[in-house]
Parts: sequence; structure tokens; C-alpha cells
Amino acid sequence: MIVFDHVTKQYKNSPQPALNDVNLTIEQGEFVFLVGSSGSGKSSLLRLLLKEEKATEGTVTVDGINVAKLRNRKVPAFRRQMGIVFQDFRLLPGKSVFDNAAFGMEVIGKSRKEIRNRIPAVLELVGLEEKAHRLPSELSGGEQQRVALARAFVNQPRLLLADEPTGNLDPATSVGIMKLLDRINRTGTTIVMATHDVAIVDQMRKRIVQMESGRIVRDQERGMYGHTGN
Amino acid sequence: MRISFVAKEVSGGLRRNFTMTLALIIAVAVSLSLFGTSLLLSTQVDRMKGYWYDKIEVSIFLCGSSSVTYTCTGSVTDDQRTNIEMKLNSLTPTVQHVFYESSSAAYDKFKQQFAGSAILSNVSPNALPASFRVKIDNPDHFQEVASQISSMQGVESIQDQRKLLNRFFTILKGLQSFALVVALAMLAVTILLVMNTIRVAAFARRRETSIMRAVGASNMSIRLPFILEAAVASTIGASLASGGLVAAKYWVIDGKLAPNLTFIPFVTWTEVGAIIPWLYLVGVGITVLASLITLRRYLKG
Repeated sequence: MIVFDHVTKQYKNSPQPALNDVNLTIEQGEFVFLVGSSGSGKSSLLRLLLKEEKATEGTVTVDGINVAKLRNRKVPAFRRQMGIVFQDFRLLPGKSVFDNAAFGMEVIGKSRKEIRNRIPAVLELVGLEEKAHRLPSELSGGEQQRVALARAFVNQPRLLLADEPTGNLDPATSVGIMKLLDRINRTGTTIVMATHDVAIVDQMRKRIVQMESGRIVRDQERGMYGHTGN
Repeated sequence: MRISFVAKEVSGGLRRNFTMTLALIIAVAVSLSLFGTSLLLSTQVDRMKGYWYDKIEVSIFLCGSSSVTYTCTGSVTDDQRTNIEMKLNSLTPTVQHVFYESSSAAYDKFKQQFAGSAILSNVSPNALPASFRVKIDNPDHFQEVASQISSMQGVESIQDQRKLLNRFFTILKGLQSFALVVALAMLAVTILLVMNTIRVAAFARRRETSIMRAVGASNMSIRLPFILEAAVASTIGASLASGGLVAAKYWVIDGKLAPNLTFIPFVTWTEVGAIIPWLYLVGVGITVLASLITLRRYLKG
């Protein structure tokens, strides 16, 4: 599904490359934690997947598509295959839960009928069917992140990228979000999640890719954050 | 995207950015008013030129009893007059029409024009010179005619009426270019204001746009609400400017100027009507263009 082949990313005005000869393969349906300290290259890796940045060397392939060679015109269609969740939720404050979740369908031109059919099911999946007409400001952080997840998942993407989705949440709420991500993963959606959250990583026991100064220093099935497993 | 969704985004954007939108509308209205005024003025100048250049003549004043130029030895004689007339007639087709106005005919005309004025009692019938009024085919041929006539005995002076008008037209042209320069400056200000407004709007909505990009909205659908907002604001501005032009035609030109200045042909409703589409075209055109350029810079695809 995702292949990084000898990928190096060198930002201008930066002495060290953000990614240094990274090789990584992620299969369809996998759940991968991307761990490492700030500046280790996690975000750069996600940005390359979204074609927000271009690799300096090497190729990034998603679903058989060489991301670097993707025409600008085709980027929107490419992004529709992915859902994205951010640490700061990025909800639209003036729109209700329903409209926020529907936003992902509105902007790609889905009909009102499709939206009315799809959104209640997605809100039920994230457990917010009762709060469809609330505004984000009336929700807790965990609930807001659920809305963001609903929006990311609404078009049934094959790949879900999550950048520190539990970074602003307390541990109990984070567990709820992780359960939700696990459920989404079981529908066949590949999940790549960048995180610092030791407790979560240890609890989930999924594949761990650990990065340090632009290199992958550990790639382990069912790993734990602090242990190398050896 | 559905039209209702876009419409909602656009009206929401206009309301949230209300002060900037208002500034934009006013700037567009003012600059387009000036632009329309300068167009109107140039139409007006063309119209007056056509009207008066058709009517103007070359006046050849003949010697009177008190004339002192070297071609004069007292009042013009009948021989001299016949000579001049023959010379003029020989200059066809440049000279199209020759009309003789005797001293007494000139006096009669003068009496009519200044009826009831005190100046009349100071002017004796002989004070006004006899003249030939000559119509030439093209105002540019004046020198040609003048050079052949001016040295003839009995001719005191030659006057090209166009010269008098030209002074007037120079003033009008100056006004017209001034209005045009101000209009262009205002249009430039409008463009900058549009760019700034769009930049502020794009910044205020970076959350929306980043989400739109993330969920795979096309570049066009991300930019469309901004462009439509600018277009709506400039359409309102253009409507105000058009209303201003119509009001100026109705109240100022037709209401005040035309009844008092009957000898000036003023712009017609048809000509005003022809200017209005240009206001919309220029107004909406430059704002949409300016917003496209700005969005290219501030909303990377």
C-alpha cells in the first residue's frame, strides 16, 4: 500500500536532512505507530504521503502511484483516498457536528441525499448520533476528535493518517479514540498514526516504526514504546 | 459542489468579512464612477467636436474705414471684394461654401444677439467689418486657404473658429485625462484592496481551506467561494456606479445643464447605456483577476 524507497528529504536552510534514506513498506489493512521525538521526521513522512512536500531523493509510492509524479490536478482525487486527523481536531467552529462531518462530502460534490444517508451512520460509528446538532464549542475534546474522525472516515478512505490524534486528550479519552481507530482499522482501512503517547502504544501492541534524526531505528511487529523487544 | 453549499459559504464569508466587503464595494463604486465619468466625458467631447466642427467656418474679415494693416487702404472696395470672392471660389473643392456678410448685416445680427444690452449704444453700424464666411472641407486645410487669401488687398484678418474651439476642447481634454488618471489610480487602489481583502479572507479561513485540501476538494472549489465573494462585491459596486451615472445624466445633465446650455449637444441615454456594461466588465473583471492572482499566492494547491 505504502512504499518508501530510499527516501531522503532535505529542507532548504536546514543542515540535517529531515528524512535520511528511509525504507518502509506498509501493507493494506495494517495499523502502524510512527514514534519518535519531535523533529525525528514523523511529520515529514506524513507530509510526503500527502504530497505536501516532495522527496529530495527516492520515491514514495501510495497504492501503486508514485506520489512525486502525481499531477497537481490529480492531487485532490488522490487525497480523497485518504482520511486525515490532526492533533488540534481542525473542526469548523460555526458548523454543527453534522455539518462538520458532512463537510468532507460537501466539498467533493456529494449529493444532499448521499450526505443524509451516510452521515448518521458515521456519527453512530463514532458515538455522536445524539449530538449531531451541537456546535464544536459545546463538545469535549474527545468528542471533537470523534467528529474529526467521522469527517476523515466519511468517504471511506483506504488510508487514514493520524498526526498525534490523542495529543490534546486525557488518557481515558484517548483510549476511546484508539478503540475507534481500531474499529476503523478492522473495516480494512490502513492506519498510520504518529504519536508520542507511550501508554497507548504499549496498550495497542501494533507495529511500531521508531524514528530518530530522520532515520528508522526500529521497525517491530506488536512492539512496545520503550522496549526494543530484543 | 452543490450550488446551495457554495452560496452558503459565500454569503457567510461576506458577512464575516463585512467591513472589508463594504470597503471593497465602496472602492469599486468610486473607481468605477470615475472611470464611467471619464468615458462619459470623452463621449461628450467627441459629440461636441462632431457637432461644432461641422458648423465652424473660417471668417475672412475685410478692411473697414479704420483698419491699419498693410493690405488695407481704407474700406474695402467692390473690386477688392470681387477679387477675393473669385479667389475663394477658385479654391473648390477645398472651399465648399462662401457666404458674404456685409457690415450692416453683421450689425443687424449683433443687435439681435445683444438686444437690451448697454453695449449696443457704443457700437456704430460701421464698426463691424464686412466678412466672408467660408466653409472648408477639412479643418486641417485652413492654412492652405489662409496663405492664399491673407496677402490679398482688402483682407484685414483671417480667423479660424476652430482655434477658438480648440482652446475649449483642450480644457475638456485636460479634464478628461485628469478623470482618466484618477480613475486608473482608483482602479489600481481597488486592485490592491481586492488583493488585501482576499488575503485577509484566505487567512481568516485558513482552517476551512486546510480542511478542504485535506479532504480532497479541488483547487477550483477551494478558490471559488473567494472569487465569488469578490465578484458579488464588485457587482454591487458596479451597480452603484451605474446608478451614479444614470443619476448624473438624469439630474445633472438633463435636469440642470441641458436646459441652460441649449447650444451644446449632450450625451444621450444610448451613450450612457453603452458605458454601463463596461463598468460591470471592468469592475468584475479586475476583481476576479486580482483575487485569482492572490489566491494562487496564498492558497497553495
